Amino acid sequence: MGYARLGYARQVATIFTKDLRAELRTKEAINASLSFALVMLLLFSFAFDPSEETTREISGGLLWIVFAFAGTLLLNRSFARELGNDCLDALIAAPIPGSALFLGKALANFVLVMAVELIALPLFGIFYNVKWTSQFPQLMMVIVLGTWAMTVTGTIFSALTVNIRLREVMLPILNFPILIPALLGAMQLTSSLVAGKPITADNDAWLKMLIGFDVMYTAVSLVLVETVLVG
Amino acid sequence: MNAVGVEGVWKFYGDYPALRDVNLEAEPGACLALIGRNGAGKTTLLRTIAGFSRPGKGKISIFGNSPRDTEARKKMGYIGHGISVYDELSALENLTLYGRLYGLADPRKSAMEWLERTGLERVKNGLVREFSRGMRQRLAVARAFLHEPRVLLLDEPFTALDDRAIAVLQQVLREALASGKTIVMSTHQLREALELATHVALLNRGQVAFHGPCTPEMAADPGWVYARYGEG
Repeated sequence: MGYARLGYARQVATIFTKDLRAELRTKEAINASLSFALVMLLLFSFAFDPSEETTREISGGLLWIVFAFAGTLLLNRSFARELGNDCLDALIAAPIPGSALFLGKALANFVLVMAVELIALPLFGIFYNVKWTSQFPQLMMVIVLGTWAMTVTGTIFSALTVNIRLREVMLPILNFPILIPALLGAMQLTSSLVAGKPITADNDAWLKMLIGFDVMYTAVSLVLVETVLVG
Repeated sequence: MNAVGVEGVWKFYGDYPALRDVNLEAEPGACLALIGRNGAGKTTLLRTIAGFSRPGKGKISIFGNSPRDTEARKKMGYIGHGISVYDELSALENLTLYGRLYGLADPRKSAMEWLERTGLERVKNGLVREFSRGMRQRLAVARAFLHEPRVLLLDEPFTALDDRAIAVLQQVLREALASGKTIVMSTHQLREALELATHVALLNRGQVAFHGPCTPEMAADPGWVYARYGEG
């Protein structure tokens, strides 16, 4: 019986690949999430008829509300997917650290949520007639940081709520209050960047907070996940 | 050193003690059949031994290690009520995935060997969701044995299996015992279990009512141990 030395990165990559492959075979969650994001963008565009200036001011809030709700549909499936056929038992029994399981799942969720956001973003520009690309690199950085914040807290709460009957309701109820500081930062920065204003000393506190949130909640989740899964 | 050791284990669900001061052990090469009525605590005990939840009190060891230790988990194989394979993946992808998680030197080769052994090599690239119930059960057996565990924890392994899957399972269990592996299985199917068991433990309301070697009386009449030590 020869055990190869399975590095931590390979364990993470194995879970990441498995989750992406399983989701892309069925496309259940990503189709639901994408449709939801598009319907929300469309409905908001019908509900309000703002000027271009007003749209730029509310763009951060509008986009991140859409991203957060659409993302929740994907995050809900993260650990719930393991309940069918009791696959979660087999993953917990496998000789990999809980943190590798968590990280693999969080990265797969991140890729899926980012894919939905990157499709929704140009459509936002078209529906609302806004040129949003003038600060593209900085806007991408904020979207990456905000999405990781959403993903990391969403994945740990997905693990926490996996055995609860009303998990679809419980995940946003638990996740959104925790996420408020990160969402607030991402909204403020996104509004500025869509309006063409770069991140400067005036608003870089939001960026620092977003980075701090990501680092802190990633570390806390990696430490707590074993307790969350096994008790 | 015992392969499986359970010392003074209590497990509570709220205030209710599902396991009460359970003491058991299984030596290497032993097959321990956990029997008892529904709700006696068999599944709870097996899940606690497997490390899916921690005991409220007491200690569990797998070859001297805690069940949550990586070394202990490498040595354990578990078959629960579910088949623990992914419907969206093929049989080969499922086994390769678990081979990678268990750090096998050549996961694909091991997966192919077990697909052949369980008669699934012709459908290796078929998605599990398209498999019949019997094929899924055989794949579950392959998944649990893939990393050649030294301790096998089986929760009702014969329940709802078709004839072919029972034959496959009995064959691999016999080979496992012959090669010195340890089996702990909970079961209601006493006849199939007692054919393999070297020891029997009867659980009654979370307590061990009897624990000892499987005697000729038990093998001849599977109801004997219930009549003698159970609630009747």
